[in-house]
Amino acid sequence: MQLWFTERHTPHVKFSIRVDRQLYSAQSEFQRIDVFDSQEFGRFLTLDGYMMLTEKDEFIYHEMMTHVPMAVHPDVKRVLVIGAGDGGVIRELTCYPTIEQIDLVEIDELVVEVCKKYLPQTACRLDDPRLHIYYEDGLRYIRRCEDLYDLIIVDSTDPFGPGEGLFTKEFYGNCFKALHEDGIMVNQHESPFYENDAAAMERAHKRIVESFPISRVYQAHIPTYPSGHWLFGFASKKYHPVHDLRAAAWNLLGLGTRYYNTRLHVGAFALPSYVEEMLRNVE
Amino acid sequence: MAKLDQTRAPIYEALSRFQRERVVPFDVPGHKRGKGNPDLTAFLGQKAMSVDVNSMKPLDNLCHPVSVIRDAEELAADAFGAHHAFFMVGGTTSAVQSMILSCCKRGDKIILPRNVHRSAINALILCGAHPVYVNPETDQRLGISLGMSMAVLEDTIRQHPDAKAVFVNNPTYYGICSNLQAIVDLAHAHGMMALVDEAHGTHFYFYDDMPLSAMAAGADMASVSMHKSGGSLTQSSFLLTGPRVNADYVRQVINLTQTTSGSYLLMSSLDISRRNLAIHGEEIFQKVRELARYARAEINAIGDYYAFCRELINGDSVFDFDTTKLSIHTLDVGLAGIEVYDILRDEYDIQTEFGDLGNLLAYISVGDRRQDIERLVSALAEIRRRYKKGKAGMLTQEYIPPLVVDTPQNAFYAEKESLPLEETVGRVCTEFVMCYPPGIPILAPGEEVTPQILDYIRYAIEKGCSLTGPEDLNIQRLNVEKGV
Repeated sequence: MQLWFTERHTPHVKFSIRVDRQLYSAQSEFQRIDVFDSQEFGRFLTLDGYMMLTEKDEFIYHEMMTHVPMAVHPDVKRVLVIGAGDGGVIRELTCYPTIEQIDLVEIDELVVEVCKKYLPQTACRLDDPRLHIYYEDGLRYIRRCEDLYDLIIVDSTDPFGPGEGLFTKEFYGNCFKALHEDGIMVNQHESPFYENDAAAMERAHKRIVESFPISRVYQAHIPTYPSGHWLFGFASKKYHPVHDLRAAAWNLLGLGTRYYNTRLHVGAFALPSYVEEMLRNVE
Repeated sequence: MAKLDQTRAPIYEALSRFQRERVVPFDVPGHKRGKGNPDLTAFLGQKAMSVDVNSMKPLDNLCHPVSVIRDAEELAADAFGAHHAFFMVGGTTSAVQSMILSCCKRGDKIILPRNVHRSAINALILCGAHPVYVNPETDQRLGISLGMSMAVLEDTIRQHPDAKAVFVNNPTYYGICSNLQAIVDLAHAHGMMALVDEAHGTHFYFYDDMPLSAMAAGADMASVSMHKSGGSLTQSSFLLTGPRVNADYVRQVINLTQTTSGSYLLMSSLDISRRNLAIHGEEIFQKVRELARYARAEINAIGDYYAFCRELINGDSVFDFDTTKLSIHTLDVGLAGIEVYDILRDEYDIQTEFGDLGNLLAYISVGDRRQDIERLVSALAEIRRRYKKGKAGMLTQEYIPPLVVDTPQNAFYAEKESLPLEETVGRVCTEFVMCYPPGIPILAPGEEVTPQILDYIRYAIEKGCSLTGPEDLNIQRLNVEKGV
């Protein structure tokens, strides 16, 4: 018997992982949630059939979402995380003792429950006393926030389905409003490679550029995401992601990351020429 | 209320049977189930093309329905509590015109509020009837026309006891309802027909706790835009008639102007949508109302915006309010409704129904999701944060009582000349000028141009309203009656 999970990366490209067995499947109010075990990637989570994370490569995504802004902003005390019900970003954030409060806004409570049960590798810090979880629409939550946070991490799904409101100008504008005057927003920024992902990427960048004075894009290599080439957005009111990097201070923390380091931090903002051109087109 | 089996959909069923029979087409349409037009078939889909067919024996004929269309019309009448229902494929515009053409002929009078849709006045151009306008009250703060005041209507009927019909638009685009029962009773007591433009009120028939529907009030005819809250395809609509109306005569009137090639896409969409509303209407409109209620509460919590609702009810010109409507007053943000409308579309990728000088209307329906409402509310909050300014110099929508000099028909067909806008004061206009939507005329044929009207037109253009009607698409010139 051969059991394969397949995701269509484009109408003409498929990505498949051989599945050992399916552990969980349910339809929540918002989406279909599935958990599988596999030989190559370990356990993995999909939402509406789209790959969210695998045990083998999730560290890349979560480290790059978290440590890049944390190595720039000198004094992060309050963090807002939107999406991220799997707990991966929370796990990375809780490594920093100086963070006083983490608010997690996840629309789908079932995702958190399922991850706690099946994905302890990412959900292991969801009981941290600094963490407050709010189960509601991120767009709705942030409407009420003004001058509250040092850092906002937008760990969204793709710009269709429940996450689509997190790729809009109204959302980025509300994030700007919710940040302190030296606040930083980091967001999942899609991929520049396949046509549809690239269009979403350009659109998101355009909307962020309109909302923040500093807006840069950085990259990482994530084998299970379409094309493997993935981007992140770094939007900021004050700090430049490279010029204001505090490499020595961050290295003193001795966090023992597996993907992120401060040399890679600088390099991640050096983008391929075709990506630079796409970004320039909408700036 | 319904007595027939509302789970049936005769036109849809006949089309399904017809598809299975694989009949070889040597009739129109010439695309022959899409095979002759591959580009269009690729775009619209094989299924849509395969039911774009012509009238024939198994599918009945809209002009003279004797089988499946007749059955579908009976089911629709039953669902709406009407004596008869007509499938209309020329939009609610053609339903409104058929109502008026069925009641009025040349020289007859018809009583109607001036804030009607242009289709009503168009019908007067066609038949030559005299409009007797009831000036609607205006809400000063919101700048919107309200419903029909009973005292004003009684007075108008006293002055024009020979009028043939009273025509009322209920609810208005903004959700304002008149005292429909009293209007119908008063019209009937004076031997007049009661006609209702119910374009925005399809849902009144399918949810108990809603304003009174035209058929329930005993109106003689009503035009219902199924394609608005009813979910059918654009341009499909119902004309409903009551027991005092000769439906066979109405059909003859409809056939004066309606196509002889009624679209089966439109007719099947009416049939399936009627079935859907009859079976699921309660839950559908419960959801719509809840979405609208939530949106209003969230929008009012932003500050400065005013999403109005039942608190406007005053027992007369606002007799009731349609709570599925989401109308938002924007002037306290320092922006005209049309400006918020433009910003929403241009910067936030959100398309709302229309903006006028003081208000924005977002159309809420069963197709909406909570997350879409969150986007709208958040975008409005952002627009306020980024653009808020004083409201000095902002005009509210004003109701300008028309000076009717000539009948719409005489003016439309009169000898005319084209003049620059500023030279038309005091002249009799021979064409329409309106903001679209909502499509309510600022000027109609036969009305005198005043400085106040020109100011209004200039302000509306400046704020970015889309003005339509005149021959001159740039609205630099107007046609007026020659020598008058």
